Amino acid sequence: MEYIFSLEFIYLIASVTYILGLKMLGHPETARKGNLIAAAGMTLAIIGTIFLYQGEVASIIYILIGIAILIGTVIGWMVAKKVGMTKMPELVSLFNGMGGASAALIGLIEFHHYIGDQLSILTIIAGMIIGSISFSGSMIAWAKLNGTMNKPIRLPKYNMLNNVFLIAILGFGVYMVISGSSSVLFLYLLFFAALAYGVLFVLPIGGADMPVVISLLNSFTGLAAAFGGFLYGNMVMLTGGILVGSAGTILTLAMCKAMNRPLSNVIFGAFGEGSAAVASEGSKIQGNIKEASPSDVAILMNYSNKVIIVPGYGLAVAQAQHIIHELEQLLESKGIDVKYAIHPVAGRMPGHMNVLLAETNVDYDKLVEMEDVNPEFKSTDVVFVVGANDVVNPAAHNDPSSPIYGMPILDVENAKHIIVNKRSMKPGYAGIENELFYNQKTSMLFGDAKAALTKLVSELKNM
Amino acid sequence: MTEFIDFISNNLQMIYIVILMIFVGVEIIGHVPAVLHTPLMSGANAIHGVVIIGAILVMLGAEQDNILALSLGFVAVLLGTLNVVGGFVVTDRMLEMFKKKK
Repeated sequence: MEYIFSLEFIYLIASVTYILGLKMLGHPETARKGNLIAAAGMTLAIIGTIFLYQGEVASIIYILIGIAILIGTVIGWMVAKKVGMTKMPELVSLFNGMGGASAALIGLIEFHHYIGDQLSILTIIAGMIIGSISFSGSMIAWAKLNGTMNKPIRLPKYNMLNNVFLIAILGFGVYMVISGSSSVLFLYLLFFAALAYGVLFVLPIGGADMPVVISLLNSFTGLAAAFGGFLYGNMVMLTGGILVGSAGTILTLAMCKAMNRPLSNVIFGAFGEGSAAVASEGSKIQGNIKEASPSDVAILMNYSNKVIIVPGYGLAVAQAQHIIHELEQLLESKGIDVKYAIHPVAGRMPGHMNVLLAETNVDYDKLVEMEDVNPEFKSTDVVFVVGANDVVNPAAHNDPSSPIYGMPILDVENAKHIIVNKRSMKPGYAGIENELFYNQKTSMLFGDAKAALTKLVSELKNM
Repeated sequence: MTEFIDFISNNLQMIYIVILMIFVGVEIIGHVPAVLHTPLMSGANAIHGVVIIGAILVMLGAEQDNILALSLGFVAVLLGTLNVVGGFVVTDRMLEMFKKKK
């Protein structure tokens, strides 16, 4: 009976809930329950750790822990409940950074308790370096996603300098482990160097690649937590951390695969350089742009049989997801078949568009993934591209010099008419010109997505 | 070399866990539809909040008069809580929207 209430047993249950939770998160029907199961396991592990601790602890420490958890719960809960759906990716990045910082702080505090114990110092220093990189990197990713820091920053030989810096940090870490140094000054030096590296690591990566970066940093934090588990011989930290580290890595690779680019290309940023070169050469594409008014588009749609909407991040920025749902319902009421074509990396995160459209109660079955929707464009009368750009850029098929060459795209050019809603002719997030806009079949509906769609809907209502 | 073998035999249980967990993580993610990538990332993000256990252990093990350790530990517990609570609540909000309409 005693065994049932032992901490080890609680940790075992918690570890199983994490595995089960992640597994269930992979299926639409069970996802929500899976998340709750993992949350319950986590709560159990936290309560168990506090109340089943073996050893003398002053009551003031219990009070401090209680206060910290209380403040964290209230703030975390409120922020998570209040923030808008379009801000989700930033928030994930922010929370990820918090976990990384927590791991780094553990290393800072525990360092001098373990001097002389080489293996422990190794795990402490490794956990601290990874946690710090994850923290500062996540903060930069957060700033980039909320638009505070938009442009990729790039200096000559940036990658090389960055790599040299990383090697220096790792070398210094190894030196501290081997020499058995007890210098707290060195420890803080390493801490700040790792923080600086996190910033330098994410800084040159373009905003379009932030989902991949967040996913990668997510698995970093998992790894940092696992090092903590190793240090304390704590099984739940070890299982949880390694599980996230490995699952996060696979998820990162899955995202890269969706963009058809190797991870190294994302991180060491041939992308940024390539697109900068394209942009500086100026637009090579010549041709005429056809502009359409909302009433032109309304007429065109009114006499169609099948319309496919291609949503992109521009839709989210303009908060136009509700009005697009209205447009969809209006067209459906006129007997027109309407679907949404979802590119795996549309928006700022894979699945971002689904989350956004689900929020407005768009029917789950109307969201069609790329492989399934591509053959349908041939039989489509109007494709309506709203705030998307790179995911419909034909350069991915026919321009080997383009940085996105080889990326699977939505083949919208097969449709009879293409309407593109954009605010201006500015290139998309990747900074690449899009020849689709110069296509004979394409008409541009300029303006903010919400304003343009509102006009379009009212025109359609009058028909 | 002996050090390496010592290391393996002293930490055999943990090494087993690490290796098995790597495979479990890979297997679990195998065939997740792209639709669920964001919630999955967010859910995994909440789970690595398990680092809070370490932060709590730091505080429980700290000397009562070690102000630096206690204040850093306090911040670590607070940040860890943010990661856990915020992570799970955000994931739940995302998934709430996936419920099928009939």
